[in-house]
Amino acid sequence: MKRILAVFLAVAMLACSLSACGGATTKPSTSSDETSSSDGAATTKKEISVGIAQDLDDSLDPFQSSDAGTREVMFNVFEGLVKPDATGNFVEAVASSVEVSEDGRSYAFTLRDGVVFHNGKPCTMDDVLYSFDTCAATSVYKHVVEALSAVQERTVEGNTLTFHLGEPNSDFMSVIASVFILPKDYAEQATAPVGTGPFRFVSRSVQQNFVLERNDDYYGAIPALERVTFQIYEDSNALFTALNSGALDLVSHLTADQINNLSNGYQVLEGTMNLVQGIYLNEAFAPFANEKVRQALCYAVDKDAMMELTADGHGAKLGSSMYPSFSKYFEPELAEAYPHDVERAKALLTEAGYPDGLSFTIKVPSNYQPHVDTAVVLAEQLAAAGINAKIEQIDWNTWLTDVYANRSFEATVVGFDASILSPTALLSRWVSDSSKNLINYNNPEYDQTYAAAQNAGDDAERTELYRRCLRILSDTAANVYLQDLADFVAIHPALEGYQFYPMYVMDLSTLH
Amino acid sequence: MKNIAKKLVALIITLFIVSFLAFLAFQIIPGDPTTKMLGTEATPEAVSELRSELGLDLPFFVRYWHWLTAFVQGDFGMSYSYHMPVRAMLADKLPVTALLILLAFGFTVILSLPLGILAGRVRNRWADTMITAVDQVVMSVPAFFVGILACFIFGLTFHLFVPGNFISYTDSWAGCLGYLVFPALSIAIPRIAMTVKMLRGAIGAELRQDYVRTSQSRGASRGYALRRHVLRNALIPTIAFLAVSAAEIMTGTIVIEQVFTIPGIGRLLLASIGNRDFPVVQAIVVLMAAWIVLVHFLADLLSSWVDPRIRTH
Amino acid sequence: MKRTKHPFVWVGGALSGVVTALILLGFVWTPYSTTMMDAAAKRQPPSAAHWLGTDQFGRDLFSRILEGAGTSLLIALCVVLIGSVFGILIGSFCGYYGGIPDLILTRICDSITAFPAILLALVIISVVGGGTYNIILALGVLFIPSFARVVRGEFARCRHLNYVKSAKLMGVGDLRLMFLHILPNTLPVLLPAVSIGLNNAMLSEASMSFLGIGIQPPQASLGSMLSESQTYLNSAPWYALSVGGTIVLMMLGFSLLAEGLQQTDWRR
Repeated sequence: MKRILAVFLAVAMLACSLSACGGATTKPSTSSDETSSSDGAATTKKEISVGIAQDLDDSLDPFQSSDAGTREVMFNVFEGLVKPDATGNFVEAVASSVEVSEDGRSYAFTLRDGVVFHNGKPCTMDDVLYSFDTCAATSVYKHVVEALSAVQERTVEGNTLTFHLGEPNSDFMSVIASVFILPKDYAEQATAPVGTGPFRFVSRSVQQNFVLERNDDYYGAIPALERVTFQIYEDSNALFTALNSGALDLVSHLTADQINNLSNGYQVLEGTMNLVQGIYLNEAFAPFANEKVRQALCYAVDKDAMMELTADGHGAKLGSSMYPSFSKYFEPELAEAYPHDVERAKALLTEAGYPDGLSFTIKVPSNYQPHVDTAVVLAEQLAAAGINAKIEQIDWNTWLTDVYANRSFEATVVGFDASILSPTALLSRWVSDSSKNLINYNNPEYDQTYAAAQNAGDDAERTELYRRCLRILSDTAANVYLQDLADFVAIHPALEGYQFYPMYVMDLSTLH
Repeated sequence: MKNIAKKLVALIITLFIVSFLAFLAFQIIPGDPTTKMLGTEATPEAVSELRSELGLDLPFFVRYWHWLTAFVQGDFGMSYSYHMPVRAMLADKLPVTALLILLAFGFTVILSLPLGILAGRVRNRWADTMITAVDQVVMSVPAFFVGILACFIFGLTFHLFVPGNFISYTDSWAGCLGYLVFPALSIAIPRIAMTVKMLRGAIGAELRQDYVRTSQSRGASRGYALRRHVLRNALIPTIAFLAVSAAEIMTGTIVIEQVFTIPGIGRLLLASIGNRDFPVVQAIVVLMAAWIVLVHFLADLLSSWVDPRIRTH
Repeated sequence: MKRTKHPFVWVGGALSGVVTALILLGFVWTPYSTTMMDAAAKRQPPSAAHWLGTDQFGRDLFSRILEGAGTSLLIALCVVLIGSVFGILIGSFCGYYGGIPDLILTRICDSITAFPAILLALVIISVVGGGTYNIILALGVLFIPSFARVVRGEFARCRHLNYVKSAKLMGVGDLRLMFLHILPNTLPVLLPAVSIGLNNAMLSEASMSFLGIGIQPPQASLGSMLSESQTYLNSAPWYALSVGGTIVLMMLGFSLLAEGLQQTDWRR
């Protein structure tokens, strides 16, 4: 039951629109014990096993699947007209060229010649149009549906498809990237998906494995790997044991603990999960409507000690709703805005009218151990400031219904990631009338600043306004921002070419 | 015969109540299958469309009726999460759990009967105390902990198997069987101790019966009496006990499948509860209940065969 | 006849006595605070400072085991108490009187037995909320049928026995007959049921905590600690071993005591 990784909220879409956001930091290092693995480092591997910590218990139809874990794997099977690369830029995929007009209102895509679906059928303009129509009608992502319905006109000239927008939309390219091109008249996408990507789907066995094979008809560089078997281990201990015994060649999303215990000589890469973990405080709960109480909580928490206890100090400290991969917006200073200061916390509580401290309940999803661990450590830290935080573990589905949809909670520890690689994905949530504003944050200054950023004419101005939004969240202590969790990847020494993406995907095509 | 028919009717009623309770459970538990299926960013229209597609907008009793009529016709529905027929999923997972139950039950029977009979014959007071003591210790170790110990000792220390690295029966029957040996033993060991205790008690009680003394006073050897009468009489309640064990072994597999990460029915049940995948949960709950009820029914039959006094009831 | 106490009474009694004394001590004093964390002392093996080592947050395991054993014992005892009291009541009436109420109650008990306990516990917890007392409630309900079944069987058997029939003829009242005459005769069956029940109650609490619907952290229970320790089986085997060992010792003490009492010759 202890999954290393459960589904995150606002599960990541594979789209990204920001050229500015750099990839995650990679620090190649080797685990301490240099015992050579059974295969030997010299042989090149053609067939590998990848360990994943959760089952792909989702529809495989790309417009129907909502789990981050499913999308992470299916990134290798599906492609849009364009697709993101590891640096966060968009590169041509099913389209061979892209032209964006200067006013940002028209996007023209020329279809690549010789693209063939995994079922052998050639990809035509009909398939592309079908894919856009199906996506607009059925996608589980509201913003994609909205962006597609905002297209004023769609024209086809020979091999070129052009979209005309009423207003420029800085996120439009990310929407295009999330419209995967599927064959028309194929009804079994949910269980036997067919796309155009570098790997094709072979089989899925519930709670056991998921098999992909190289697409030899791929129009781009043919991947070096021939066959990839994703082995499902919903138990983190079992996953680790299998990895350490050499039964797996690649495992991502490992914890610091596991890396410390790894003794099979695999290479270890470190990145971050790209999510904003925090104690999210519901302002509908009277004490948290008071800014001073929220600030007191921020002072009472010792992020360094917490990270030391839960992850041996790995991870990145945060101070607002932004993680380091968004280097264009991320300000490390904000993470230090509330240094650990118990006396100050107590003073603020007294000022706010809670001289004897206060009590509240933290609801935390039980299937995601790092959040539970964080909550346990925080409860202990808060107690030092006279704050009595009770922990209540609930299952993920209950969390979605009670906490997220019904907002019936006092505080919760979770991580939010970006559904598209744009600051709007992390910031639109806190606008007072947003349906995703689960904490009922209500700050007119924030609303105005955010709206101004949306309407800003040039990029520099928009960036500055988004940064101001982040400072407002920090100043008013909207939430107790904690960290972006460390993300470790262990790879067989014979494999090279693993790339961290600024989003939640695993690209197999570059491994060799 | 009439009695058996009556019990069969009771059995079906029990299954009916169980299926209704399971249906009711999902009415009460917070959570919604559509949040899992569509995520948090779906449009309200998409959600309501899916709800009506799944029939979730219908009244409770109507839904139950639909499910029940389809179920008795052998239609278990489609899994919400996997978009696969539930029957196909169960057909894939059932052999794993069935094999585990079979192995665990096999170990229990094969090991507990000889051990129990051997222990039942012991007359020496000290040996008797020692056997009881060992039995008590083994009985006190929960299957859960035996499993963790097995992982640690045989998996991590002696590398006899890789905990968590389950081998599917579709790949290799031998490998699958090999992996299941330790989980099966973990379930069986405490049960063996219980059965031995039960069998010893039964043999002891029989040996004190008058007929044994009579037979011995007539010059028959103790071994003769034991073979001829005692064992037969002592084995019958033990068989009834073993039948109930078969039910408890099945319940035990849910936890043991977690400890050893075996992708069987138990894990599927837990995952499906988490996903609010009603059709899968419904089918598994009824399946498990059917097994438990059936086994208890057999145990009942056996015990009324042993003790005709309760047969009238 | 002389009243001889079986040696198990002494061994089991001593073991349970020591365990209970330690648990009681744990309620008032532990070597360390059970929630105090220490980043510098994470997952340390047993030492003079930490007798049973430390856990993943550097908390002293001995202190936490004392607390956890207390929680688990409290839960197990209360669960068995609820289960046996209601089980005896339901079972004795059903077994003694029989008839339609017996049929209905037996059917309901069978249905609860046949229902996956985890799903039932999840439903109860989701309605009444988590925490020690609600777990006792949820598990207590689950334990009623097994006791009811045992008691019912015995009563159904006994009511046809001669001593019951003759007592009835002598005009002994039903309630008196049930609880003063028949009930003591079910003890040989009931006592093992209680000791097995204690074992099962601890196990059930463990599997519930395993799924995160049991005891809420940072409170410790042996069950939640055991499931947590499984994650650190590689790096901190003493964690699982000491927690599991504690469970075994506790269970052994109580089952030996029960077994000894059962073997003791009670006839005067």
